[in-house]
Amino acid sequence: MSNATSAHSVVEPSATTKRIAGIIVVVYAIVTMVPLAWIFMTSFKSPPDSISYPPKLVFTPTLEGYCNLFTTRTRQTAEYIESLGPPQSTCDEITRSRNMVIAGPSNYWPRFTNSMVIAFGSTFLAVFLGTLAAYGFSRFRVPLADDLLFFILSTRMMPPIAVAIPIYLMYRELGLSDTALGMILLYTAVNVSLAVWLLKGFMDEIPREYEEAAMIDGYTRLQAFRKVVLPQATTGIAATAIFCLIFAWNEYAFAVLLTSGSAQTAPPFIPTIIGEGGMDWPAVAAGTTIFLVPILVFTILLRKQLLRGITFGAVRK
Amino acid sequence: MAEIRVENLRKQFGDFAAVEDSTFTVQDGEFLALLGPSGCGKTTTLRMIAGLELPTSGKILLDGEDVTFNRASARDIAFVFQLFALYPHMNVRKNIGFPLLSQGVPKAEIKKRVEETARLLQIGHILDRSVSGLAGGDRQRVALGRAIVRRPKCFLMDEPLGTLDAEFREVMVHELRELHNRIHATTVYVTHDQHEAMAMADKIAVMNHGIIEQYGTPQEIYARPASMYVADFIGSPPMNFLRFHSGLENGSTSVTVGEVPVRVPQVHVVREPGELALGVRPEHVRFSEAAPLRGAIYGSEYLGTNQIVSVETAQGVLKARVPADRDFAIGENVGLELDSEKLSLFDCASGKAVPSSLYAEARHG
Repeated sequence: MSNATSAHSVVEPSATTKRIAGIIVVVYAIVTMVPLAWIFMTSFKSPPDSISYPPKLVFTPTLEGYCNLFTTRTRQTAEYIESLGPPQSTCDEITRSRNMVIAGPSNYWPRFTNSMVIAFGSTFLAVFLGTLAAYGFSRFRVPLADDLLFFILSTRMMPPIAVAIPIYLMYRELGLSDTALGMILLYTAVNVSLAVWLLKGFMDEIPREYEEAAMIDGYTRLQAFRKVVLPQATTGIAATAIFCLIFAWNEYAFAVLLTSGSAQTAPPFIPTIIGEGGMDWPAVAAGTTIFLVPILVFTILLRKQLLRGITFGAVRK
Repeated sequence: MAEIRVENLRKQFGDFAAVEDSTFTVQDGEFLALLGPSGCGKTTTLRMIAGLELPTSGKILLDGEDVTFNRASARDIAFVFQLFALYPHMNVRKNIGFPLLSQGVPKAEIKKRVEETARLLQIGHILDRSVSGLAGGDRQRVALGRAIVRRPKCFLMDEPLGTLDAEFREVMVHELRELHNRIHATTVYVTHDQHEAMAMADKIAVMNHGIIEQYGTPQEIYARPASMYVADFIGSPPMNFLRFHSGLENGSTSVTVGEVPVRVPQVHVVREPGELALGVRPEHVRFSEAAPLRGAIYGSEYLGTNQIVSVETAQGVLKARVPADRDFAIGENVGLELDSEKLSLFDCASGKAVPSSLYAEARHG
């Protein structure tokens, strides 16, 4: 057994230990996945099934939640519905069975698109700025570097929402309220400190000999950074990007406060889906399920880098 | 290929002077070893020549052209790092070709030159392997390949054999010197290992505390050390020092060590009485019953063809390299005969060698 594979422990754990560890992991995974499974199931229930008690584990799945999520509907008389032609789609059929007709698309897609633009935009900016700043702090003698780094970290020392009121007032004055740009700037500001600190750790791990070698090999510092340092830092950049994206994607408080219309993101929108006679839980669940997809895809795509990022230093060298 | 000239080079890190007023010239095609203990400024000197550090003052000239403040990338110098710094995300071929890529050499030409270089270093069979799986010696060869592929003006090497195991280091010392003989590239080689420096270099600069203590051929440095530091650093075991109190007269050929007169190469200066040290290489000591300089056997180390015998004298312990055919009893009283033409004298206060006919030879060739 080589040193590289046994960096953590000298003694290989016994079969029993491994089995117990395995059971604990599986049980923990099941427990944490119950709410997700619940949401997923609810999204396929009919509204009456979704609020029945005790909760139904066996039910007839329906797409009603998804139909309601993407459409707005109006109640019509049975005669009017009779008078219409044959249903255009599954959703049409489901809606008519509830004595309603589709009036038009809901706001879910525009809100979802806002979320995509704002979360990915701010993640890109935070990681871009963070990478450059981290490289600078890692490689150059920056005057007052420690103080600057502490200042950057200190922006995370209180919950961002504590400054909600001043930001709200400033955004109103600046015309940034309810704009995608405003939200991108805000999330970037919150994430950039995390990005700088995480990435500085990764940059410090990359031996400076690599870029020195590249500079001697005839490249400028910027070229050396691009061709040698960046490929080495992909792990750290991927891990940082995921953390930033998760924050920006899930952020709720600022989104509620600062967006209401054209720039509203999905999180504040989903709870406002109200059906006849209260919350339309299957539609809310459907909205949440779809909302989970991008972050899931992104994480799966970068899974390898993320894992290597978490164990960084342990497996390197 | 080129001549490197370093003039009054100085590097200050805060209050600490890493390199102080270094001046030396590496002739075209010459192999210079910068030798010294860690922290003596040898790597800093090398990095300044490479352009990885800017000097606090002084000049660096490549073929007469002042490059002191030129970018590393504009100096046309190759550098082999201690830990090789092979780019981990590229395979061997790309690593070696990387310097050519920056110069805009066409793809076909890069391929040709990388393969030529690989043939020279006998690493043709690993060209398409990833660098992370390579053994130490192969990593070393790839690093060399990346350095020579572009035919730079000179090579700078920072303890490139430091991480190899002892047995393999011997092989690489030989290979490096062979390579140098074949391509005659001006080379500056940093090492703390005197054997490497002695075996490979045409010239050696011995550094200590940022100062070049002596610059010369390996023979000069060994036979005529300019200071007690150099005498002590080079040779294993190092030069013996027999300390005594005396003055010196110009032209005298004898000194009195303790109460015993010892013949030395003719002294060329006058010295007021003070602490002096007689420098004796272990191989310049013979045991002789009649000799007036006496000592008691203190211990011996058997080395096969010869042995190192420690003798306690009134002026301190002296180590002698003598044939292994004789056994000595601890405490035995022996007479020591010194090879008088090969002795050095040092001024203990300054640590510098006292000028004598032995040292004059150096100046006259």
